[in-house]
Amino acid sequence: MADSRDEPLVLGIETSCDETGVGIVRGTTLLADAVASSVDEHARFGGVVPEVASRAHLEAMVPTIDRALKEAGVSAKDLDGIAVTAGPGLAGALLVGVSAAKAYAYALGKPLYGVNHLASHICVDQLEHGPLPEPTMALLVSGGHSSLLLSSDITSDVRPMGATIDDAAGEAFDKIARVLNLGFPGGPVIDRYAREGDPGAIAFPRGLTGPRDPAYDFSFSGLKTAVARWIEARRAAGEEVPVRDVAASFQEAVVDVLTRKAVRACKDEGVDHLMIGGGVAANSRLRALAQERCEAAGIRLRVPRPKLCTDNGAMVAALGAEMVARNRAVSGWDLSADSSLPVTDPHVPGHGHDHDHVHEVSKENLYS
Amino acid sequence: MLLLALDTATPAVTVALHDGTDVIASSSQVDARRHGELLLPAVDRVLAEAGLGLDTVTGIVVGIGPGPYTGLRVGLMTADTFGLALGVPVHGVCTLDGLAYAADIEKGPFVVATDARRKEVYWARYADSRTRLTDPAVDRPADIAEQVAGLPAVGAGALLYPDVFPGVHEPEHVSAAALASLAAERLAAGEELPAPRPLYLRRPDAQVPKNYKVVTPK
Ligand SMILES: [Zn+2]
Repeated sequence: MADSRDEPLVLGIETSCDETGVGIVRGTTLLADAVASSVDEHARFGGVVPEVASRAHLEAMVPTIDRALKEAGVSAKDLDGIAVTAGPGLAGALLVGVSAAKAYAYALGKPLYGVNHLASHICVDQLEHGPLPEPTMALLVSGGHSSLLLSSDITSDVRPMGATIDDAAGEAFDKIARVLNLGFPGGPVIDRYAREGDPGAIAFPRGLTGPRDPAYDFSFSGLKTAVARWIEARRAAGEEVPVRDVAASFQEAVVDVLTRKAVRACKDEGVDHLMIGGGVAANSRLRALAQERCEAAGIRLRVPRPKLCTDNGAMVAALGAEMVARNRAVSGWDLSADSSLPVTDPHVPGHGHDHDHVHEVSKENLYS
Repeated sequence: MLLLALDTATPAVTVALHDGTDVIASSSQVDARRHGELLLPAVDRVLAEAGLGLDTVTGIVVGIGPGPYTGLRVGLMTADTFGLALGVPVHGVCTLDGLAYAADIEKGPFVVATDARRKEVYWARYADSRTRLTDPAVDRPADIAEQVAGLPAVGAGALLYPDVFPGVHEPEHVSAAALASLAAERLAAGEELPAPRPLYLRRPDAQVPKNYKVVTPK
């Protein structure tokens, strides 16, 4: 490997949902991953409240940048670029991060890279398992997304294979946890209860797995309703709800469909690597079943450690470093947050003005 | 002294440079939906006009609202981050105070009102352009009609409700130039300016979900 000192030193900022993340990487090496979460403030609402998240981002940003720099032991002036999640995500929350990143890059005289949140979720695996194989199939599952993506170059080519047609996988976990009165967020607690339950106890439906259904799309809404009805029927009959078996059977239905479709997509496309990212990738049963099925199909599975699967700044920095390394166009000072940034845009290039002379940029350039 | 002032608490995206004596460059655009896009290019333009780099700035002044939250945060986050990167102090100024100062009214009382949306205004009463009498508040114009009756009113919030604010006084929009001048004056007098923390004045909209909804058909 080349001297890592030659690799770009990039700071990444993530604020698309309820985590204020600031990460620092040098190339594919993780140096800092500072995260401040407002999850506790959302718990009593049973979901993320956008305005609460935005307020928390503003409060947390400067201390979190400070913490990341200390953790990495680097000086801001040595950075080679600032990357930020430009979308998709909550509009108001994204805007706080984009504002911070623009101001930071401008004040330090560094190039700015507005990048895609989903591509970042894929790219983060470089920090764990080294450069991404090209192409890579990626299964992204969280409270906000459930997508199957194929990428031959994470800085320029991300192709959507499939996505959820209704709820995100993580949302289904939250909803079932609420029905079972287990609190928010639902993912970790369902996982915990499921470990002591029987995944075969109740045959819950597998959405969109019929022969005529779209091969790579997901649906979790029907499953969610089926589980809720099953629980209600027990309650109505005055029977005790077997929480562990319900959790295990529900979880099995979700991860069965996710892994089955991901492995099938790999086989159909002749891709021998699958990466799984997003908050639901922390689920122990998803990891185990994916491992089992990938092994059987001769596919190499890459799943980053749980802290890198949930939203964080390091993933944004990882993609930013790749943008620098591959000489991708920088973003303009008029970069805006785009809550529905298409997954096919790994970054948001500007209009061609030169960041090397940030203080001399003329006003004509800015609007060209 | 070189102050960079900015305010995004209202539809105006406004930036100014102040050298302790005078405003040396400024920019104001009115566009309630593009604070995020417009602010940094405006900062860049103002610095270019003055022929100065951001690293020569000795302090940041930012309008802390009250104002609609999403836009308000753009200015505050930008100011905070400039402060961090440059290692200079960040001073807050109430956005309504900026409007009062720009109105240049020596003898009040008068009132400043900005649009708070949802049929409400952000407002405060002033004795003169430099002296605020009440804490900024958010109310429906009809509910404060008695308190503001007969007073001249400054700001776009007053223009929206002519029944309640018949005597409208210039200016309509806040300018960072006024904010910077006010801050420079106060700093020179040895006064301390408020911390750059947002005046939201409303709690976040957050619906606590009702008890779990039964999905079984009856
Ligand atoms: Zn995410």
